[in-house]
Amino acid sequence: MGIRRGHQARLGEVIAEKLILAISLSTIAMVFLIFLFVGREAFPVLLGRVSSAAAQEKPLPVEAMNTLTPAQLRAYLGLSAQEFSSMDRDTIQSLMEVRIEASAEEKPSRDAELNTVAWRYLLFPFQWSDYDKPVYVWQPVSGIHKYNIMPLVVGSLKTTIVALLFAVPLSLAAAIYVSQLANPRWKEWIKPAIEMLSAVPSVVLGAFALLVLATALQSLFGYQYRLNAFLAGIALGLTCVPVIFSIAEDALTSVPRSYTQAALALGASKWAAAWQIVVPAAIPGLFAAVVLGFGRCIGETMVVLIASGNAAILSPSLIEPVRTITATIAAELGETVVGGHHYRMLFVLGTLLFIVTFLTNLAGDVVIHRLKGRLEGKK
Amino acid sequence: MSDVFPPRPRPATESGSPPSPEAVQRSIIETEGLSLFYGKAQALKSISLKIQEKVVTAFIGPSGCGKSTFLRCFNRMNDLIDTVRVQGQCRIGGEDILGPDVDVIELRKRVGMVFQKSNPFPKSIFENIAYGLRLHGTRDRKTLDEVVERSLRGAALWDEVKDRLHESALGLSGGQQQRLCIARAIAIRPEILLMDEPASALDPIATMKVEELILDLKKEFTIVIVTHNMQQATRISDYTAFFYIGELIEYDRTTRIFTNPQRKQTEDYVTGRFG
Repeated sequence: MGIRRGHQARLGEVIAEKLILAISLSTIAMVFLIFLFVGREAFPVLLGRVSSAAAQEKPLPVEAMNTLTPAQLRAYLGLSAQEFSSMDRDTIQSLMEVRIEASAEEKPSRDAELNTVAWRYLLFPFQWSDYDKPVYVWQPVSGIHKYNIMPLVVGSLKTTIVALLFAVPLSLAAAIYVSQLANPRWKEWIKPAIEMLSAVPSVVLGAFALLVLATALQSLFGYQYRLNAFLAGIALGLTCVPVIFSIAEDALTSVPRSYTQAALALGASKWAAAWQIVVPAAIPGLFAAVVLGFGRCIGETMVVLIASGNAAILSPSLIEPVRTITATIAAELGETVVGGHHYRMLFVLGTLLFIVTFLTNLAGDVVIHRLKGRLEGKK
Repeated sequence: MSDVFPPRPRPATESGSPPSPEAVQRSIIETEGLSLFYGKAQALKSISLKIQEKVVTAFIGPSGCGKSTFLRCFNRMNDLIDTVRVQGQCRIGGEDILGPDVDVIELRKRVGMVFQKSNPFPKSIFENIAYGLRLHGTRDRKTLDEVVERSLRGAALWDEVKDRLHESALGLSGGQQQRLCIARAIAIRPEILLMDEPASALDPIATMKVEELILDLKKEFTIVIVTHNMQQATRISDYTAFFYIGELIEYDRTTRIFTNPQRKQTEDYVTGRFG
């Protein structure tokens, strides 16, 4: 009979297991739902179902309010049923007048007829009526909303590349030092200190970049614009140093000590053993660290919002202000009309960001598997 | 050595077997009063021992008796542990190796080591062998090819791997990996080869191959081997040192240690009464 009782005792374990499964499934569902939500808001633009053509039909005379049916009138004024029913005749009459005045002020412009959310305006330069050459512009304000995403994409890439160029060598070197060369007493201090950097809120880091780093770098390099891609990149680099460092350090530490010992016993110096044996053996992990660092950089918002200067200029120069995809979403989403073309364009940007990080991680994963296979002797 | 177990009188040297360690004139490793501490704990207690050139010397003793620690003194691998402190003398080829001015890299070139668990690098078979050579400055491809082949032949592995020199060493079997580690160690032509239980993780057939290899290698190298396996010590070694709790209890020709030990502790250990 003793054998049967074990089954009952395991009931608790079964429940715990199912609970954990449910939690992890809900996480997956959450990710999926977020993507669904972002995608749903962006899809109308991607499928070309949204138009931002600003040209409107001619305004109706004020007297039309007497001849139109209430439903037509409500549609013409763009009011909800509730708003419409709460208004008296005078209010509606003044709304009709406002409408006439607004259309009188509107300058007739060929741009107004364009659907600026069409693909060609999103991706390629266009000569708008008051410009003397084709340009890339993100300017979702005033009458004609210009939605060229290239300045933002390039802005994001510029800051991310600067950040990685700054952070990757720094954090990998620190990881190699801490895991292989430092004596244990030093290691106990350095490792938590670097990881503390991830405990600094990015808004604080942004403020530091804006107030201290900007001035320091400007006086050091003497460039014209105080806030620029270079500064934002450095500040961004600081946010991903702890990410890259801690994954790289783990990867290096998990290389078996026996490799190091074998190398030392052959007469390698500590440095040679670390560089020639441990680092190559940890390459998959180091690569993963860099991929995650990239994801962190391109998705980081607050630092770039504060320190980049936020000018949507398309330029190869690193010392000019930039605006990133993330900062644009953060800054503009609050002022858009829900369901409007501006709102949807911001979701297009979000989708773009999602796709970029997804593809990077996917490609990273494939490469890591290959590298691992090569190290383990599988073909 | 304690005086609790007084040595028994020794029989005359049998003809044909190696001379007793005391009679040996040409020793390559000599320690005098070598003590080692891990922090405050003393792991080796004033060990004096002479190891002869081009023979196999086995260190036996129960776990924790200090035999591996003693072995690691010869290539200063104990340096890797921060708290280790060494007293006394250890000379290799007449030169002191414990001083702070000793070039550890040069020492380890002369004193190779094979570990308990095979530890090939996650590189190709060729690169594993070539690593030590490159480390010490050999760049010439032809020399590398020659040394790799010679070392693999020396480790009786050439025929098994010659067609896949550029595949990962981690694809080899456990026994092959251990012989690869031996090949890697002998590639840089050390004078002494330290082996820390080289066959303890291997199956009997792989163990046999490694033992045959050791017997073959002693023509060229001085071999010091730590082993838990007493049959192995009798099969391959010429001299055996028995350690117990940090002390060298007895050191003699292997045949004598196993057939006619002078001290009771040794006898108890080799007959399997403890350990």
